[in-house]
Amino acid sequence: MDYALKNSETLETQTLEVNLGPQHPSTHGVFQMNVILEGETIVRLKPVMGYLHRNHEKLAENMSYLGSMPFTDRLDYICSMTNNFAYATAVEKMANMEVPERAQYIRIIMAELTRLVNHTLLIGFLLNDLGAFFTPVLYAFREREKILDLFEAVAGSRMMCNYFRFGGLKVDVTGDFIPHVRQIINNYPKFLDEFEELLSENEILMARCQNVGIISKDLAINAGLSGPMLRATGVPYDVRKIDHYSIYDRFKFRVPIGEKGDVYDRYYIRILEMRESIKILDQAIKEIPEGEFISKTGAVAAKTPRNFKLPKGDAYSRIEAPKGELGFYLVSDGTTKPYRYHVRAPSFINLTVLEDMCLGYKVADAIINLGSIDIVLGEVDR
Amino acid sequence: MFFGFGVLKGMTVTFKNFVLSYFSKERLTTVQYPEERLPEKERFRNFPFLIYDNKPEDLRCVSCDICAKECPPKCITIVRDSDEAGKPLKRPKVFDIDFSICMNCGICEEVCPFDAIFMDHEFELAEYGRFEDLNYHKDDLLKSNEYFAKIRPHDAAEVDARLAEKAKKEAAAKTVAPPAVPPQPPQPQQN
Repeated sequence: MDYALKNSETLETQTLEVNLGPQHPSTHGVFQMNVILEGETIVRLKPVMGYLHRNHEKLAENMSYLGSMPFTDRLDYICSMTNNFAYATAVEKMANMEVPERAQYIRIIMAELTRLVNHTLLIGFLLNDLGAFFTPVLYAFREREKILDLFEAVAGSRMMCNYFRFGGLKVDVTGDFIPHVRQIINNYPKFLDEFEELLSENEILMARCQNVGIISKDLAINAGLSGPMLRATGVPYDVRKIDHYSIYDRFKFRVPIGEKGDVYDRYYIRILEMRESIKILDQAIKEIPEGEFISKTGAVAAKTPRNFKLPKGDAYSRIEAPKGELGFYLVSDGTTKPYRYHVRAPSFINLTVLEDMCLGYKVADAIINLGSIDIVLGEVDR
Repeated sequence: MFFGFGVLKGMTVTFKNFVLSYFSKERLTTVQYPEERLPEKERFRNFPFLIYDNKPEDLRCVSCDICAKECPPKCITIVRDSDEAGKPLKRPKVFDIDFSICMNCGICEEVCPFDAIFMDHEFELAEYGRFEDLNYHKDDLLKSNEYFAKIRPHDAAEVDARLAEKAKKEAAAKTVAPPAVPPQPPQPQQN
């Protein structure tokens, strides 16, 4: 507001209200930013959500537990594997289901591959927001396609995988799965080196991203941020390290943290996280055992979802999705349908700090701030 | 390093990609779709189809309605067939799948106890109408077991082996204890 005062002493000015979106390519979907400008500086920003609301939570209350699994793919449609993972762990926690060793390893591999897909794509689109039209994003698409090919060969679909089942997986991996993952592990660091050579030291990118959209540690913690957004401010918080869910305690990897919490930190932390993901993949693919891909009770539940009941009670289960802490809260009344089904969507909660990030910056900075939060509107609006 | 070195370094990357795209398949990954096609993955799933064994009358579907109940977006409609006396028969009279609602999740093929419905590889299904054109009826959905074996050889072999074993068991059970009801003559096929 001090901008307004400064100008009013010399010349009478008015604020200008601009609607960015919902039909705007930089808003990553149907998201509207109601921005009040003083000149070109943002003095207020109001996010308007809900254009992509599809009743996900209420729909789930009216179908079998497995019936919601394909709908979770459509929350964050870039990382369907981790959405499946989070939902499956929530149901398994309630039903006290065991997951066979081999299924655990395949789950971890799929989750880390999803992290590669998400972060690669995010960096590509962030550069799109910066005005580097489509060169970085097409390099990102080229690499992502190799992983999506793997998803298609294993799960049957590139993006809407629907691959996880309670107590295991839908089907075992194909014979050429391990060589294919090895190939990705071998080639991905080369691509990341090339990507970094293209971007990390680019003066334009540094000038646009450094010291823009700074979030303080306190704000990040108080706003409940999670994932790379929180870690970029310097808080070492990773659900993989804290909860040790699934079998993450068996792998050696480090959690990169940022210093300032600006857009550049959020960009760079994703590159570092991808390098750590490759380390996890490398360890997992070496240790993957033979065996069952789904437990016996899980196989029955997958074959007859209409008879699958959970005991009375509630459970909250969370995982470290590429965008942050993805949690599913389930309340069961003992029938075949959940009584309440709630999704703690990371991109929705990370989006709440958008106004704090943007105040005092220019309109063009608001666009890259939004891009660096990494939102998918399918998950924000649900 | 001097100012602008990072930009120049980035330019060399794009230049390298540009030049190598003439020589390397790794760098030029575009597939000219209608003329060129990628090989199909066996597990690729799109829309469901109904399977028959030898001739279209021998549908495996017994109209049990399980897939229609389990389908998350409820895109399957089944009406059971009956003979002239009104006795219900083990085959569907109406079997509609609305492809404009179907979300390709593949749960129908997983829950089917009779291996009668499977996911297809066919994806070029554009139509002009919005509603009725994409509502596929029983006759549109029927495909032979040979077609299934062609698009998904591993799954088909597994299913065929399972069905053969089931048939063997049933035959063995019949020789031990003859069924109380004599086998009915084949019903005249409707539609």
